[in-house]
Amino acid sequence: MNKLKAENINFSYNDHQILSNLDFEMESNQVIGLFGDSGSGKSTLCKILTGFIKDYEGNVLINDKIHDKGYNPVQLIYQHPEKIMNPRWKMEDVLKESWMPSDNILDEFGIKKEWFIRYPSELSGGELQRFSILRALNPKTKFIIADEITTMLDAVTQIQIITSLLKQCKENGIGLLLVSHDKKLLKRVCDKIVYLSDITD
Amino acid sequence: MSKLLEVDKLSISFSQYVKGLEQRELKVISDLTMDVNDHEILAVLGSSGSGKSLLAHAILGILPLNAKVSGSMKYKGEELTEELKEELRGKKISFIPQSVNNLNPLMKVKEQAIGYIEDESEKEKIQKKQREIFKQYDLSEEVDEMYPFQLSGGMARKVLISTALLNDPEIIIADEPTPGLDEKSVEETINNLVELKENGIGMILITHDIYTAINTSDRIAILYLGYVIEITETKNFSGHGENLLHPYTRSLYQALPENDFKLTEGHQPSYLNIPKGCPYHENCPNKTDKCDNILPELKTIGNTIVRCFNPLDGGD
Repeated sequence: MNKLKAENINFSYNDHQILSNLDFEMESNQVIGLFGDSGSGKSTLCKILTGFIKDYEGNVLINDKIHDKGYNPVQLIYQHPEKIMNPRWKMEDVLKESWMPSDNILDEFGIKKEWFIRYPSELSGGELQRFSILRALNPKTKFIIADEITTMLDAVTQIQIITSLLKQCKENGIGLLLVSHDKKLLKRVCDKIVYLSDITD
Repeated sequence: MSKLLEVDKLSISFSQYVKGLEQRELKVISDLTMDVNDHEILAVLGSSGSGKSLLAHAILGILPLNAKVSGSMKYKGEELTEELKEELRGKKISFIPQSVNNLNPLMKVKEQAIGYIEDESEKEKIQKKQREIFKQYDLSEEVDEMYPFQLSGGMARKVLISTALLNDPEIIIADEPTPGLDEKSVEETINNLVELKENGIGMILITHDIYTAINTSDRIAILYLGYVIEITETKNFSGHGENLLHPYTRSLYQALPENDFKLTEGHQPSYLNIPKGCPYHENCPNKTDKCDNILPELKTIGNTIVRCFNPLDGGD
């Protein structure tokens, strides 16, 4: 069982304190929902947990160790898949930058091989988000932080993507932190919901 | 009730450069037909990035120059020409934009609300009115003097709404008024919109937020790949969606976490690959050979308008 822990995190932007004395802990068999008002610092926390923000105070620990270099076992999936992909790479390269999943997994996410030769701008938002989830499902991943990953999608696509992601996380022992402003969604799929205001001062 | 605005077979497309001189045609809105009455909110529901905002821009006549537009629009029965659009916009037809990014960052809120007016006495009159409307929305005199970046999300929303009301509009086009707001501000915005409707305004509410659509509108038009596939009374979004006639609309409603959270296979393709025939046929459980090749026209069943050869039965 892997453990992700954030202890005593403080982060401010200019003079504006965004997170203060935040403590959070989860294990890799859990699906936890993170809820908070807009502007409360949810996305900031996601970036701190995944190493995209580095100038914070406090510690982020994976199995009681600070991640140093190499592949980060805590991976972020972001609201806008088109912003994390090189627009001049074909989808196959975008995916291979991380790893090449088996045909079974590609099928699970409904990804067609014919999309591999397309550029990101030639796929729909839902199709792109499937690729960005697959990138994060690299075998070295232990935790996935999913920051509003279905906000821009319609409800039909949302449930397809969430269901496949949950299944893969369960099968591979990956812990999932699902961040959303949609409490009804979190209630549906999470073991537990954490309110950001409860874990920070 | 009378028809304020009618849109008939509106299509919008763009030609884009891909590589070098290679061009491609991107069709964002296809064959869109709808209307809105006074005392009514018509919600236009479609997923983000689907070009819904372009519908607003088309009605206001502010599309970019490289957009190709066909079809027609009528304002109170009169052909809505480019000249008429220019005359009406900001006055009889008013716009609530998506965010404060649509405001001029270097201009105080008050000044952009009233715009440029040469005549002094006219200006005074409208300033008084601006203060009154702002006051109705709990915006203090301090807000008048603020720049857009100083507004919080909720305040910005109120500024955008009250600015739209300044010239006593008959029609309001609201573009995504709720995303990024917390629960309380969403409720407040919903109440504000419903209040405007009760005062007689006809509103086109463009949104991807089905919750806001259900809680404000009288009718909902559902877009799929730029096509209107169904226009139905909002009250039909209830129960298990038995009264929704298009298969996509029904699976959309049933997929909501607060309803059945039911999984439907098949995904929405990109706009570059809109299928021939019915735009939904690749994912449709009820499709026939006809659906592969022929685009169904909109047809009326009871109070619903639906684009489907084999619409679902009520109670299916």
